[in-house]
Amino acid sequence: MMKKQNQVIEDAINLKYKHGFVTDIDSDILPPGLNEEVVRFISQKKNEPEFMLEWRLKAYRHWLTMTEVSWAHLKIEPIDYQKISYYAAPKGDANALKSLDDVDPKLLETYEKLGIPLHERARLAGVAVDAVFDSVSVATTFKDKLHKVGVIFCSISEAIQKYPDLIQQYLGSVVPYKDNFFATLNSAVFSDGSFVYIPKGVRCPLELSTYFRINAANTGQFERTLIIADEGSYVSYLEGCTAPMRDQNQLHAAVVELVALKDAKIKYSTVQNWYPGDENGQGGIYNFVTKRGACRGDHSKISWTQIETGSAITWKYPSVILQGDNSVGEFYSVALTNHYQQADTGTKMIHLGKNTSSTIISKGIAAGHGQNSYRGLVKVGPAAENARNYSQCDSLLLSDSCGAHTFPYLEVKNNSAQVEHEATTSKIGDEQLFYCRSRGLTEEDAVSMIVNGFCKQVFKELPMEFAVEAQKLMEVSLEGAVG
Amino acid sequence: MLEIKNVNVSVNQQAILRGIDLSIGKGEVHAIMGPNGSGKSTLANVLAGKPDYTLDSGEILFEGATLNELEPEQRAVLGLFLGFQYPVEIPGVNNLYFLRSAYNSLQKARAASELDALDFIQLVKEKMKTLDMSEKYLKRGVNEGFSGGEKKRNEILQMLVLEPKLAVLDETDSGLDIDALQVIAKGVNLMRAPERSIILVTHYQRLLNYIEPDYVHVLINGKIVKSGGKELALELEEKGYGWLA
Repeated sequence: MMKKQNQVIEDAINLKYKHGFVTDIDSDILPPGLNEEVVRFISQKKNEPEFMLEWRLKAYRHWLTMTEVSWAHLKIEPIDYQKISYYAAPKGDANALKSLDDVDPKLLETYEKLGIPLHERARLAGVAVDAVFDSVSVATTFKDKLHKVGVIFCSISEAIQKYPDLIQQYLGSVVPYKDNFFATLNSAVFSDGSFVYIPKGVRCPLELSTYFRINAANTGQFERTLIIADEGSYVSYLEGCTAPMRDQNQLHAAVVELVALKDAKIKYSTVQNWYPGDENGQGGIYNFVTKRGACRGDHSKISWTQIETGSAITWKYPSVILQGDNSVGEFYSVALTNHYQQADTGTKMIHLGKNTSSTIISKGIAAGHGQNSYRGLVKVGPAAENARNYSQCDSLLLSDSCGAHTFPYLEVKNNSAQVEHEATTSKIGDEQLFYCRSRGLTEEDAVSMIVNGFCKQVFKELPMEFAVEAQKLMEVSLEGAVG
Repeated sequence: MLEIKNVNVSVNQQAILRGIDLSIGKGEVHAIMGPNGSGKSTLANVLAGKPDYTLDSGEILFEGATLNELEPEQRAVLGLFLGFQYPVEIPGVNNLYFLRSAYNSLQKARAASELDALDFIQLVKEKMKTLDMSEKYLKRGVNEGFSGGEKKRNEILQMLVLEPKLAVLDETDSGLDIDALQVIAKGVNLMRAPERSIILVTHYQRLLNYIEPDYVHVLINGKIVKSGGKELALELEEKGYGWLA
């Protein structure tokens, strides 16, 4: 019987990646290679003001002095940065796209395959979608509705031209261009991304959502997102990610910066399903992402929720700097690694203000030969009176050849702090499976039910319509993945 | 209903059951008694199709068809139910959702109509009343943080909802106080019907004061050493198992 069970698992694990199609359109691609000319080309292509070019060049020059970090629990093939193309745009003048009708039908078809019919989905779900295809934002919906309440939701390229003051004030203010190897590279060559500004006292009437997609082969995607929530405002933002199948690895190095002013709240949710590579570990996205939020004002709150099921390698630590008094940081994470996927993910909660509190709930699931690490820092500064942190890190193992690791770091410089950390590691139980099956559930249904139960604390933090999507994604990634 | 023919079972290459023969007719209640380690639970688990329990030889027939190669979920579809001695916890999975998934999964496999959430909750609430179970258990995770007695009640609730043809109850009475025992017995007695059979696996005669069996079998060292009517249970209560070994 054991053998049979393993076969079921094998079959289920070998389920094919659903989004592995390639869109055949002409792209405007820069030849591989990185130098100052490339940085100038990108800036010029986007008609950027002088200050942006200067900032990019500073970043590029600094990047030349840096080396990749090696502290993560990851095995990474060396990346040749001269073999990557740093700019790819669908042909035609991207700036001329005024409505969905102007968009290449093949692009729209691609979105359909991804399950994002822009017209319907946006209206039915009440979601405004800013779709980023390779490096250029091609369509933004619901702009009017948002415009009425003063919310700015556009591509970052557009924001750089239209709102240079906001960009100059906030871009790089949370993740400085010198921050780390990948963030610095991103600062030099980022091609597009999203920009959100919520004015004072405004509760954004829609969930804002961006779907990113890497399509052209051998191009890295370096998107940059900046969200500013002015005093007393609220916004919920979701990003979803998929990429087609390629034999070779592709680099994705994004930077996301969030700024919450006094009494503002930002909820940022990610469902990441970049191509994970095949069952032998061939191909897949290298996902090196720097996400950080600053609770600048008193009583502000930033909440990160992430469902990470894709990518060959995931390296990301969505963090919160709790500067304002009584500010709140949250991190809810589900990370799944199957086959030869590797994830080193977690968060940093930096307590600086008084009465600040943070919550960390991390659920790691490892199957196949997957390696799953939680890495988290809780830091309490000398002035952070009465800081509170609660961390819970649970790992679930679904096979004998996978691994789960927990690396919690704690730096407390104020005696009034209360910091709690709980961690558990368990293997999906044969007893649990047998119990479910004896009640008539199939093995696949039983596994998916047990895993979803394990992830429940995190899923419930997702906006409703995306919670369902996340559960489905887990089912596809996991059916029968036990051994 | 159930024919067990010369069944030999080993777990981790250790022989546990050695030549079990047992015949259970429709509507009958059989008690299987025996000392610790005699193989009672193994028998219950083998009937439900637990993986890693190897059927070395023999045959198990359910309504004339062999169960030997069937997966646990296929046996459930045929109408077999195992009440666990130690029901596991499934954290984060809502008890009501679990029960409805199981119910609908069985209905689907039997090409019968599935119940929507509203109809199902009516059905469950009705059954819960007979077990004096608070509805708060529906909102909690499956067996999550339940006391021993609550877990056993939850097992009986599942049985009442899933309405199996053959219920195998493994030490359902262990760890229960007298009040809980009576409630459980009430649930089991409600299930007694001409077309339904029940196997009670138990250590003590106590349960049989409340659920009167038609037959009693004594299992020692993997073999049925004695069978008889309900009076055999009383004899065991008096003499213990030593005289049969």
